[in-house]
Amino acid sequence: MTVRYTKDHEYVRIEGDVAVIGISDYAQGQLGDVVFVELPDIGKGVTRGKEAAVVESVKAASEVYAPVSGEVVEVNSELEGAPGLVNEDAEGKGWFLKVKVADPAELGDLMDAHAYKSYLDTLA
Amino acid sequence: MRYLPLTPDDRAEMLARIGVSSIAELFADIPEAQREIELPRLALAKGELEVERALARLAAKNVPAGSVPFFVGAGAYRHHVPASVDHLIQRSEFLTSYTPYQPEIAQGTLQYLFEFQTQVAELTGMEVANASMYDGSTAAAEAVLMAHRVTRRRKALLAGNLHPHYRATIETVSRYAADEVVALAPVPTGGEDIITAIDAGTSCVVVQSPDVFGNLVDLKPIAEAAHKAGALLIAVFTEAVALGLIEPPGAQGADIVVGEGQSIGNALNFGGPYVGLFATRQKFVRQMPGRLAGETVDAEGRRGFVLTLSTREQHIRREKATSNICTNSGLCALAFTIHMSLLGQTGLTRLARANHAAACDLADRLAAVPGAEVLNATFFNEFTLRVPGSAAEVVEQLAAKGILAGVPYSRLAPKAGLDDLILVAATEVTTADDRAAYAAALKEVL
Amino acid sequence: MNREGRGATTPQIVALSAPKTFTGNRALELEEGLLFEVGRTEVTGVDIAEPAPFTDRLGAHARTAPLELPGLSEPEAMRHYVRLSRMNYGIDSGLFPLGSCTMKHNPRLNEKMARLPGFADIHPLQPLSTVKGALELMGELARYLMELTGMQAVALTPKAGAHGELCGMMAIKAAHAARGEGQRHVVLVPESAHGTNPATAALIGYEVRSIPARADGTVDPEAVKAALGPEVAALMLTNPNTCGLFERDVVAIAEAVHAAGAYFYSDGANFNAILGKVRIADLGVDAMHINLHKTFSTPHGGGGPGAGPVVLSEALAPFAPVPALVDTADGLTLVEDEGAAGAEQALGRMSAFHGQMGMFVRALSWMLSHGADGMRQASEDAVLSANYIRACLMDVMSAPFAERPAMHEALFDDAWLAGTGISTLDVAKALIDEGYHPMTVYFPLVVHGAMLIEPTESESKASLDLFIAALRDLAMAAKAGDKERFLGAPYHAPRRRLDETRAARAPVLRWSRPEPLPDAAE
Repeated sequence: MTVRYTKDHEYVRIEGDVAVIGISDYAQGQLGDVVFVELPDIGKGVTRGKEAAVVESVKAASEVYAPVSGEVVEVNSELEGAPGLVNEDAEGKGWFLKVKVADPAELGDLMDAHAYKSYLDTLA
Repeated sequence: MRYLPLTPDDRAEMLARIGVSSIAELFADIPEAQREIELPRLALAKGELEVERALARLAAKNVPAGSVPFFVGAGAYRHHVPASVDHLIQRSEFLTSYTPYQPEIAQGTLQYLFEFQTQVAELTGMEVANASMYDGSTAAAEAVLMAHRVTRRRKALLAGNLHPHYRATIETVSRYAADEVVALAPVPTGGEDIITAIDAGTSCVVVQSPDVFGNLVDLKPIAEAAHKAGALLIAVFTEAVALGLIEPPGAQGADIVVGEGQSIGNALNFGGPYVGLFATRQKFVRQMPGRLAGETVDAEGRRGFVLTLSTREQHIRREKATSNICTNSGLCALAFTIHMSLLGQTGLTRLARANHAAACDLADRLAAVPGAEVLNATFFNEFTLRVPGSAAEVVEQLAAKGILAGVPYSRLAPKAGLDDLILVAATEVTTADDRAAYAAALKEVL
Repeated sequence: MNREGRGATTPQIVALSAPKTFTGNRALELEEGLLFEVGRTEVTGVDIAEPAPFTDRLGAHARTAPLELPGLSEPEAMRHYVRLSRMNYGIDSGLFPLGSCTMKHNPRLNEKMARLPGFADIHPLQPLSTVKGALELMGELARYLMELTGMQAVALTPKAGAHGELCGMMAIKAAHAARGEGQRHVVLVPESAHGTNPATAALIGYEVRSIPARADGTVDPEAVKAALGPEVAALMLTNPNTCGLFERDVVAIAEAVHAAGAYFYSDGANFNAILGKVRIADLGVDAMHINLHKTFSTPHGGGGPGAGPVVLSEALAPFAPVPALVDTADGLTLVEDEGAAGAEQALGRMSAFHGQMGMFVRALSWMLSHGADGMRQASEDAVLSANYIRACLMDVMSAPFAERPAMHEALFDDAWLAGTGISTLDVAKALIDEGYHPMTVYFPLVVHGAMLIEPTESESKASLDLFIAALRDLAMAAKAGDKERFLGAPYHAPRRRLDETRAARAPVLRWSRPEPLPDAAE
């Protein structure tokens, strides 16, 4: 199972030809209590680097950019009633959406867990 | 100057503490050429007595509604407001407080807004309401923008019997936002066909009931047709008291209900400030404009209220906000809430019946005047009178006789070609003598 | 001996900690349920006679839907709302240093004047011949606003500041369209701007381009020049800006904007600093809204109603919305129809009627009371007080941009809190316990942990000194590590900190009848 990260703190976990997308544990910590997640419609196309979802805390709204392009095949409807899952388990139960990857080569530019950790150290 | 507490000695001490020698140094960033203007055409400071005299002189040049038989409506209505309402809204802690951004010391405002939201939702038959808008017309324009966000379409269909000023307000913002508006022609006798104008591109249908001519409109078939086409029904009202007696839009399938709340708790004020009411379905709440008060608990577990869902708003979302609005009509909403609390449903129903009775009586009296015709099959407290010739002239002639008889429709829509119609309102404040005087004067004029 | 009354020895006073009360009340601090809990549907506080029998004209439209609106008798209503009011802080309660909001004294004369029947009890659509005094008042208010700004025209109808912004930006869009330059689709907004600026521009289809501030907190004319181009419609600039600084290069900025064919919109939220000191027309402004509820002291009323007239330059004046107040041979009149004589190029209509008349009366009452001399003195006192606060707190708090004079507000950041474990928000909440409304916090966004203090001209020196002393004491306590005083604050307000996350995750936006408990008798 491969997990990759963006500099904007999205993660993408590859499960076959499907990418599971969410925000990193670091990102949820920065946001504070998540109160709402706006998810795209199933069947919609998302483009790498463009807005795919919006995550809101009490005092902030942040866009979540798609780490890879593709078609949305599933969204995490549990977040509707329990947005706190993002805080509790950002990289597990707090996932946002699943995308059928259009071009696997796009994954090549993203950071692996080790590189992401080094990147986070530079932000501290 | 009675409002400025600093004395010359205070000012000198403060300048010294700051470390400057004159006040001018504090304004040094203003370019020299633009600094220290003269204002020779403005008067110098005045005492209270002089200001009172100056303003009372202007006030005396107007004819207050309460001084004459008065029948003007068309979006603003004269009702009796209990004395306690105006006393309570002038409590310092209400009058001189700010938007409740610090909830620990603003529970008074937050709780009454929560009560207001509940009252508005209940009155309109909707699930949720916001903490108020500027007025009914701007609420209607915001409703159209919200419908565009919900449906992701950009064409609004406006009923011909929507108040022409509401129509113009919606058209103005739509024009600049590059959204499409289709507005139908007015049908004073009611029964206009809106349904056939709905198409697959329609985002929302905007229908007023009672409409501008006073007709009561069956919203159900319009709601069904709109929903079938994937559009929303926006129901508009300009007289909130009517909802005490007529079926609320929420029970007829409306998706957004907006209206003018002035007639409960608020004076005529020559057009403002008023209070816009805005209600919708729970599922659309995140697309709503304006502030929302919500219930929560404090650190000790006690119930309290906060402004919530603020991420929709301009101070966080900036260019992606649902609206640019930051001010609401807090104090007017408070007046609405207090008056409504005093009325309760028992009083509201009685008030609505008293209005309807007065209007029915007036309609009968005016219809009996030779040459005059009441167009409405149904109405609440306002109806349309057709007179021979120019309605505007008839209204002027009646004003000269000391009767403010209503609004010529041509004043609202000069290009509509409906120059012989007067919109006539009668509320609980009109007396039988007033109504008899109107009929008698109309007979003389026609 | 016949002694009357009680013994003269004072009983010993012992300081015990307060027990919980049965009612939850704490003497003068009274709890109050919701209207829906204290009211009853069969009660009404208004006596209305039942009309004589009549035939209704409701057709098939009579209400069948249930209506659950409880009523209160008058004594109950008085008590309910008086109790609620006591949970609020107002300007009349104490210093209200909310930066950018201008919470100044609200003279009661203004309330009295607005309630004269000749102003409060006139209808917007009664014949114009019966409201000549109202038109005259609007004309006089417009004249004052034009004199004070040097501008050519004023649109009175916008109902609040943001509505005025919308009006001004629509006038700009209309003017570009009239010049055949509808391709201009970008609006420049400095990053320190109020959120309403980008929200307004975006509402009418403009793309927002942000301009960074330079190190001294003001806008660099070179940065504006670099961002200008044939696609730019306008610059929106707040002046004095939200850091409390006068944009000293404003004239050069305006010239650059005009040279590029764009218009200069000025956000007038901070007009209170420069009232009677500078005419914004002399700075090259094309449009500016004026918040009558800030500078001209019409009350904020817990969040409105406001009023936001817009002054317009000669270039934009023809596009003012209807209804427009027009001077004719027969005196003042209102042109209510778009395209009619006097409003040929009107941008449209902002709302149903003529604007916030009740606020016009209050604002003019304030202006007449102050006069030209008093208005200038008010600005000077507001600026003096802000600079005084900054000077007295600079050694214990951190003030960015302090090399320049402040205008009417003093900006601090949270650098002075570094390492204390205490945040700007905690300071704000601790200030509540000291009996003050907090300053504006976390705005402007351009400094970290911002605290923006605007004392206005309404405070005596004693009041300023006590506020300064309270803040100094808090600063010292923070630095001494007294975290408890901050992190749990407020301790003494009607409510402790409220759970905003809970409110936003599962919004409860109205009262609902509680579900009945399962009936045990069944």
